Amino acid sequence: MSATTSITKAGGHSSVTRLLMRNHIWVFLALTVVVFSASSPYFLTVNNLGNVLTQAAFIGILAIGMTMVMIDGEIDLSVGAILALASALAIGLQDHIGIWPAVFVGLLSGAALGFLNGTLVALSGMHSFIVTLGGLIGIRGLVFIYTGEDALMVSDFSYTDYPEIYLGPVSLTAMIFIALALFFQWVLSSTRHGRETYAIGDNIDAAHDAGINIKRHKIINFTLCGALAAVAGILLSMRLGTAEPNAGKVWELWTIIAVVLGGTRLQGGYGSMWMTIGGVLTLAVLRNGLRLLNTPNYVELMVMGTVLVLALLIDKLLSRQEA
Amino acid sequence: MQTEVKAFLRRHGLLAGFGLFLISVALSADAFLTPGNIFDVLRQVSITGVMAVGVTFVVITGRLDLSVGSLLTLLTVIVVDQHNTSGPAMAILITLAAGIGVGMFNGVLVGLVGLNALIVTLAMLSFLQGLVLFYSGGSNVNVQNAQTTWFAVFGRHDLLGVPVPALIFLVTAVIAAFVLNRTVFGRQVFAVGGNETASRFSGIASRWTVFWAYALSGLTTAIAAVIMGSRVMGAQNTIGQGYELTVLAGVILGGTSLLGGSGSIWRTVLGITMLGFIQNGLLLLGFPYYIQWLVTWAVIILAVWIDLGAKRGRILA
Repeated sequence: MSATTSITKAGGHSSVTRLLMRNHIWVFLALTVVVFSASSPYFLTVNNLGNVLTQAAFIGILAIGMTMVMIDGEIDLSVGAILALASALAIGLQDHIGIWPAVFVGLLSGAALGFLNGTLVALSGMHSFIVTLGGLIGIRGLVFIYTGEDALMVSDFSYTDYPEIYLGPVSLTAMIFIALALFFQWVLSSTRHGRETYAIGDNIDAAHDAGINIKRHKIINFTLCGALAAVAGILLSMRLGTAEPNAGKVWELWTIIAVVLGGTRLQGGYGSMWMTIGGVLTLAVLRNGLRLLNTPNYVELMVMGTVLVLALLIDKLLSRQEA
Repeated sequence: MQTEVKAFLRRHGLLAGFGLFLISVALSADAFLTPGNIFDVLRQVSITGVMAVGVTFVVITGRLDLSVGSLLTLLTVIVVDQHNTSGPAMAILITLAAGIGVGMFNGVLVGLVGLNALIVTLAMLSFLQGLVLFYSGGSNVNVQNAQTTWFAVFGRHDLLGVPVPALIFLVTAVIAAFVLNRTVFGRQVFAVGGNETASRFSGIASRWTVFWAYALSGLTTAIAAVIMGSRVMGAQNTIGQGYELTVLAGVILGGTSLLGGSGSIWRTVLGITMLGFIQNGLLLLGFPYYIQWLVTWAVIILAVWIDLGAKRGRILA
């Protein structure tokens, strides 16, 4: 504890500024909330904030898995396609085998494809960008082969009632997102798998020399990432009652944007679920706030792009200061 | 003898596999290796091909450019719209300038400022998509005098029996190969990708090398947009969506390493052309359309893995 304090003092920053600098996304999030609250009377209402949380949940759940993979120093571009496949299986199979078995198969498909990604990365030593870029193309092909070009529809509408379970203003979907984020924060900070994930991303050779089973941890994280993408896909299919073959297209890019915006580094070894939640909520708040202000769609896209570059610039400046 | 075969396969295994594929499809589908079909495939791959030539420079420096798909959309909208208002010649000039401009902007952020290439070009992907909607107002644009304009040359006409877009692809690739292999700039691109620190210590202005690589990527995307606009004679707001990934798939398939420092234009041309022939061949064999995506997945993984395994001397990492 005293060591930490002295380092903090040597850096010339109080621990509060240090904390804020590490989690600068939350400062930015607070700012956007203040700005939108001041400019739209509809923004700061319990209902709207509940909606923001629900809207954030889908990218959010993808982002949880992406964070695990990214701290490992890898990337997963196939999450959008895995989401679409799980959503299609969950809806397409339920007339034949019942709702919960179909959901289970959907989950399993995500975990299996994640496992495949992880195994390919670990065994071949290929860059995960290439492996999952291939996966993005191929898995989307699987989705189209399974669904054809049309959307699948649910026939038993009790399926679409589950996301309508609310605890106050918070939907079941949002609760699942928050619960998963907290659980995986715990995994990262308090389990051996979490610690070793950081170690691998930080310095893979040192981790190897320390006797850490790198392949095993990478495969676990890719499997988790795939399974979480399937969870998001199943929740999406419940919410929409349909499964479109193009569902989740380019969502992998938004997910990466959310995670990086939060402050987790692509190079690996650095990041947390707190940061990712901050990044996800910031994207969702920006989107929601801009829509409430009736800004056209193109402003939203341009603001997102600009914010992302700014976040990168800030991160660069701050890490230079810390170093 | 055996080592010679091994060495040949190591260097040209991809080509050998592709040749095998061509022969086996040709044996079962008569229409496959006819001049008409070959030119159709070349016409189809010319757009991604021209883009991939520029992106290869960026990848050899060890960076990525994910913005080319959105940029293709924007530039196609611009070239079509400007064709109606300023005439074809002016439209092409404006498009080329805009392409180079956006490329330079990427180059400033990635090369000069030193931000992460993946994120910057991802941000640009989103920003440019917004710019497309802003410019077009959300509606599709069409060339008004599509039947009479000489602008049709670039996408629709043949020269000496060869499709003009395929010729543009060829000329772009030859010039790019010359630049990459025979000029100081080309050597610097390899040096920066191979070892950036070492290149800096050898007196190479590595930041500017990266900057110009992105400018080239913008330029080739602009050329692709001219072909696209001419071929379609119109532009939707999503016309280039996903092209960044196809382009990258072709570059990777060719064997250019994402880590930078190695790669070549002709390998990119081979990668992109292979993707085109694989898709065409599967369709001719009567497979459902989406099977080609599954096959692309398998081919990318196998090609890169085998390439990596050959360099490493063993298959498993």
